[in-house]
Amino acid sequence: MSTTETAVRPRSAAAPRPGPRRAERIGRPAAAFLAPFLVLYLLFIIGPALYGLVMSFFNTSLVHPGLGSFAGLSNYADALGSADFWSSLWHTIWFTVLTTPPLIVLAFVFALLADRAPRGRWFFRLAFFMPFILPSAVVALIWFFLYTPGLGLIEVGLAKFGLAAPVWLGDPTWAMPALAITTIWWTLGFNFVLYLAGMQEIPRELYEASSIDGASPWQQIRRVTVPLLGRTTTLVAVLQVIASLKVFDQMYLITQGGPNFATRSILQYIYDEGFTNYRTGYAAALSMLFFVIVLAVSAIWFSIVRRQEKEV
Amino acid sequence: MTLTDTLEPATARRPVDARRIEARTRVFNRVCAVVLLVFALIWLVPVLWAVDTALKPNEETTRTTWLIENPTFDAFGRVLRDTDILRWLGSSAVIACITTVGTVLTASLAAFALSRMRFRYRELVFWGILAGIMIPGQVLIVPQFREMDGFGLLNTFWAVSLPQIPTAVAVFIFRQFFDGLPRELEEVARMDGAGYWRIYLRVIMPLARPAVAAVAIFAFVTSWNDLLWPLLVLSNPDIMTIPVGLATVQGAFGIRYADTMGMAVLGAVPLVAVFLLFQRNIVEGIAGTGLKG
Repeated sequence: MSTTETAVRPRSAAAPRPGPRRAERIGRPAAAFLAPFLVLYLLFIIGPALYGLVMSFFNTSLVHPGLGSFAGLSNYADALGSADFWSSLWHTIWFTVLTTPPLIVLAFVFALLADRAPRGRWFFRLAFFMPFILPSAVVALIWFFLYTPGLGLIEVGLAKFGLAAPVWLGDPTWAMPALAITTIWWTLGFNFVLYLAGMQEIPRELYEASSIDGASPWQQIRRVTVPLLGRTTTLVAVLQVIASLKVFDQMYLITQGGPNFATRSILQYIYDEGFTNYRTGYAAALSMLFFVIVLAVSAIWFSIVRRQEKEV
Repeated sequence: MTLTDTLEPATARRPVDARRIEARTRVFNRVCAVVLLVFALIWLVPVLWAVDTALKPNEETTRTTWLIENPTFDAFGRVLRDTDILRWLGSSAVIACITTVGTVLTASLAAFALSRMRFRYRELVFWGILAGIMIPGQVLIVPQFREMDGFGLLNTFWAVSLPQIPTAVAVFIFRQFFDGLPRELEEVARMDGAGYWRIYLRVIMPLARPAVAAVAIFAFVTSWNDLLWPLLVLSNPDIMTIPVGLATVQGAFGIRYADTMGMAVLGAVPLVAVFLLFQRNIVEGIAGTGLKG
């Protein structure tokens, strides 16, 4: 087979092929196996990360080649002194606060119900998970229509119950909750599946034993299911917080950050500054600040996981 | 009181109690199913409503009735005729395929080396790759854009695919999987004179199908649905992906809601089809790895 040999070093120097290969001959093939990944990884992940860090100390502009003049810490000072930075950060945090608890609690409750439902698990998986694989642009088209004043299904639906709907997307107070509702619908399936998998790993004998003990289903949930899912919950929570902090698509597509910038996220602020105002160095500094926030969340997660492992 | 402590004495009373509790559990589980069914139906409403609207003539979409009096596929026809949606679907397919094949190939090769070979700095390389999981791709858009500009790759498929190919999580998943495969398998192959490439291709990869499926599906879906990065590097309408294409014409239909929903449905169909085909793999892949894009 040609593919098995072409990428290995020329065979001229090689010993006769049969016979086990020894440890000292292992270095070169390893490099060949690692090279494709490492080259791309250095070129497109590590390289840009370092370049971005350097750029954040310069007045780099999208319209001029090169780094531009040295700026020291002024990009960071500008960012921390900018009301736009703080408001977009606040919007991102507010979005995270609005989405994380429902996306954990609802996913848990739905998974709990599905775990006990005698039949039709494929249908529940389909119903809850399918929205997750829709492109954000499709989600935006559908929900923009649902929120349309005077005609959207949500307003019409609420009217059936005698409730007056707010002008969801036009009202700065309601735009963010509207985006949160859309996001909960869109991404719940992911957490649902994580919880469902966690529940299926609980040994059935525990339920049988507790049932013989005379535990009601409700007691089983409280004493068996919930405590044994502690780690799943930590995982779901941290993945959810990081995903919510990275929000961009919904705001960009449904509200364009409006009304009156009330839903502009931190990523959209980076996008606006870097690619609309051409302040590339400043945008790089914003990216670094955002990176620090994400790292801090991950660090908190690690410390919680470590504590959980000590307790077990 | 623990479960096991009371297990013994309780068995004595079992015949009476067990039957009652089993019956109670069965009722409880049925109630669970019904409650969940209601929520599942609520969850399906937005999608069904979009399909329903797409099947109406434009004039009837302002009446919020579920029953379609005159179902018609005209909206789909108009979308296919008036927009470049087929072209966007094609671009998305090409880009997602390049990304998927690239990710599976590079990550599995690297993981094979990290799992099956011994070389200096192996742990260092592994931890260096793992550190990359911490970097959210969105943080890199500014430098990556300038890099792509410098390479002259803007408005090409490569600009979208290349940064998505090196995925640290994929290396991690493959390595975990390879580490779980017994050594004896490759010992036998080595006795027969097989080199590393043959072991990788003929022994390890065929056994790694679940890992390949998980990584491939996740790479494909993530690439297909990505918006921010393709939005930046693809401005040429000829090679836009489906999310970028839909975003650019969003609102172009004004109040022609049937056409707008027709566009949404057509934009969703390919991935929904993939999902229906590979439902089990997708769900298990996510459940087993806990990754998120």
